[in-house]
Amino acid sequence: MRFAVLVFPGTWSDWDCVHALEDLGQAAERVWHREGSLDGYDGVILPGGFSYGDHLRCGAIARFSPVMSALDRFAATGKPVFGSCNGFQILCEAGLLPGVLLRNASLQFRCQPQLLRVERSDTGFTSACTPSQVLQLPISHGEGQYFAEPSVLDELEDAGRVLFRYHGENPNGSLRDIAGVTNAAGNVLGMMPHPERASDALLGGIDGNHIWRSMIETWS
Amino acid sequence: MTISPPPADAAPAVATDEVLAQIALSREEYALACEMLGRAPSDVELGMIGALWSEHCGYKHSRPLFHHFPTDGEHILTRLGEENAGAIDIGGGMVAVMKIESHNHPSAIEPYEGAATGVGGIVRDIFAMGAQPIALLDSLRFGPLDDPRNRRLCVGVVEGIGGYGNCLGIPTVGGELVIGESYSGNPLVNAMCLGIAPRDSLISATAGPPGTQLMIVGADTGRDGLHGATFASVELDESSAERRPAVQVGNPFLEKSLMDACVGLVREHREWLEGLQDCGAAGITSSTVEMAERAGTGIRIQTQRVPRRESGMSPYEVMLSESQERMIAAVKPQHVDDVRAWFEHWELHAEVIGEVTGDGIARVLDGEREVAAAPVSVMTNPPSYTPDAKRDPSSAARAAFDPSTLPDLAPAAANDALLRLLSSPNIASKRWVYRQYDHMVGTNTVVAPGSDAAVLRIRGLQQGLAVCTDGPGRAVELDPYAGAVRAVAEAARNVACTGARPVAVTDCLNFANPERPAIYHQLQESITGMADACRAFGTPVVSGNASLYNESEDGPVTPTPVVGMLGIISDVQQAVRMAFQDEGDEVWLLGAGLEQDALSLGGSEYLQLQHGMSAGPIDVNLDAEVQLVNALVALAEAGALKSAHDCSDGGLAVALAECAIAGGVGLTVDAEIKGRLDAALFGEAGARAIVSTQPSADLTRIGVKIGTVGGDRIQLGPIDMPLAEASEAWESALPNLLDGS
Repeated sequence: MRFAVLVFPGTWSDWDCVHALEDLGQAAERVWHREGSLDGYDGVILPGGFSYGDHLRCGAIARFSPVMSALDRFAATGKPVFGSCNGFQILCEAGLLPGVLLRNASLQFRCQPQLLRVERSDTGFTSACTPSQVLQLPISHGEGQYFAEPSVLDELEDAGRVLFRYHGENPNGSLRDIAGVTNAAGNVLGMMPHPERASDALLGGIDGNHIWRSMIETWS
Repeated sequence: MTISPPPADAAPAVATDEVLAQIALSREEYALACEMLGRAPSDVELGMIGALWSEHCGYKHSRPLFHHFPTDGEHILTRLGEENAGAIDIGGGMVAVMKIESHNHPSAIEPYEGAATGVGGIVRDIFAMGAQPIALLDSLRFGPLDDPRNRRLCVGVVEGIGGYGNCLGIPTVGGELVIGESYSGNPLVNAMCLGIAPRDSLISATAGPPGTQLMIVGADTGRDGLHGATFASVELDESSAERRPAVQVGNPFLEKSLMDACVGLVREHREWLEGLQDCGAAGITSSTVEMAERAGTGIRIQTQRVPRRESGMSPYEVMLSESQERMIAAVKPQHVDDVRAWFEHWELHAEVIGEVTGDGIARVLDGEREVAAAPVSVMTNPPSYTPDAKRDPSSAARAAFDPSTLPDLAPAAANDALLRLLSSPNIASKRWVYRQYDHMVGTNTVVAPGSDAAVLRIRGLQQGLAVCTDGPGRAVELDPYAGAVRAVAEAARNVACTGARPVAVTDCLNFANPERPAIYHQLQESITGMADACRAFGTPVVSGNASLYNESEDGPVTPTPVVGMLGIISDVQQAVRMAFQDEGDEVWLLGAGLEQDALSLGGSEYLQLQHGMSAGPIDVNLDAEVQLVNALVALAEAGALKSAHDCSDGGLAVALAECAIAGGVGLTVDAEIKGRLDAALFGEAGARAIVSTQPSADLTRIGVKIGTVGGDRIQLGPIDMPLAEASEAWESALPNLLDGS
């Protein structure tokens, strides 16, 4: 597959995502946020970081970047869009995913390995996982508390759009332990943890590859 | 006497006592400046001279001692003090660049911004060399955490480091947190940065030949941080809070763009530039004047062309502002437009503010008016001082204390003593700190915080880098020479425990007012001690920083030279960690034996906690330290080590407990403990490390087998406790002290 890895001013997981995908034999290119087109790509990654320094609100300024209209069109084609960390925050701000990410309940930044339970293994992003598999992926954020109105949360649960929940410790106070959700069509996933940081055995884990492999199996 | 023609449009400054005090220049130094100029300086000249002659920029008391340091080596590519940071050839066409720097005074006044801008400053020093920053470390000292003031400082500093470093996308991979009485009100905040670059894309902080254009890029200039270099060069007192305007406010988002833009520019268009320099202490003044000094040229700065964020700024304020996130690029005239366009892509504004001249004069123009015209050589040649040095009698008396006069630890009290040490903030887990730092971004962190040293891989290279910081202040206070040797030895041991060969040192010298003989004695002896140790390990000092005048109303800080050590692992896949691995592995004590003399308790954490004293001799054996480091590296390279951890704070018992806690598996020591129990368990004799190996290994040539990994208890002589109990004490100490404050 050929992935576009979006780069906003302040993005910092762009290279990490490029390396993780390239290590799996995929093509991945960093695409500057001023690009107006995502034609020719098979998937789009919104990496972590502090786009625009989190000024105003996380992701609130990045959603106005020119590439975001192209992203709307891209998502409508049904091809995969994956946002992690700040990428998740941007997808929420842009309205591609429901809910918002609030400051961690601890009021502190948290960088640590985190256990996640896979809620469904029959989706495009989790097909390489086993049902209820527990993955260990690192988190690194100050504002990762997932929040949405109860009715929205019910709707997400009913539609099977919660793909990952924190297992054991809930590191940020996310409602219903939610760590990752998709859009209604199932081709846009946002999650706070960083699969690209668990894609190399030398760094202590390769559970992130389950997510990359699922995407590659499903959409290539 | 030669007379420098005065600036055309400015009268001599009226050098009242108040004016001189504001720039921390003594009356004698003012007279010297007049003599060197052959006239009285103008306002702007006086401000510039004051900043460049401050201790912070001019190293008046420390520079005369630097000649002790070994600075050369086959792999060392820079000369100490001549560039923003030191560069080391690490093989494979790559270079490591590193430096450590203090931000103590700003952090005492405004902990969040003080620490944050400390990170920002050290990162700019690294990318000013054209290197990509890949790791940060922070060496921190605070007063006791039961005092809410110290807790506020500690919490604020940690948040500030995280707030800035996390936003930059540079992992914070290590450092220290040490608590001591003397740091109350004068915390130490030292930030170290490590970067890498292809060997051919390093750039110097030089101005280049006459005609070169000087461009400022990044933040607009405001009044923030005015006189910051001066503020860093005086003692803290009641009025220090009024200096808050001397503390800058950081914008890490801007720095991130600036870093990406500068690193990219040097990698791709090195030929457009003559040099690159960050605007740190003393702002445009120090950056441009120091660039001219390196090039042997003059400069002409037009202050009205400097983009500003405030109106009505005087040329004096523009020249001395310490607004953060600014860089000076020395650009070849034909590439000014290229460089401007390059930065515009990154949504940054670059503006020409002056040019390089051939006359050796630093000229400042305010529109048509020339307000400064002083020789670069005057500004960059501050006086240097070698004050009287005299050993502090009280510390000498305490160092002469004989710990064997104390009663030995009763076997029945050994469990409690271990728990007490494990829950001392100096020994306890620092997870509370490092989980607030992104230590993984960049996906190069092979050994994360919590081991002896952090290990980073470099994509495309087999070798990896190990880094750590060490600054055993208590030992230095008791014996400045031996304590400083210990600082280097501990740092060397720490990187060697990962399997890395120590290769270079960066140092931050945190001392009190050097004008007092006892303090100057500490400084002098520490530098000689570090220098001798660096020579023994073959680790030249490539960069560093001196932070003097660290005193509050409560008195001077414990002398704290902090050593940042870089090591190279020949195969990063073989990096060794401190955690015990598998049941049945054998535990060896390398270096000195199990039995220890009471003297090994000198300066120990045990003596402090159990007997409330900082006393006793500081014993170091440099030959044994070098041998141990060589042995650790050789064993690691042979693949013989399953874990390695040095014995330092808290001695053998703490080291063993830490290996067990980290591995989640217990151990049984079957070797018999003879002699004094307290010394064997908690003595801090150097040149020792704990390693574990597969059962078949034979290390008898360099160590003794003392036990076996396994079970869920820690059993060591009279100590016998569940691993979970030790782990709880070690893990919960800092959260208990700091959460909710």
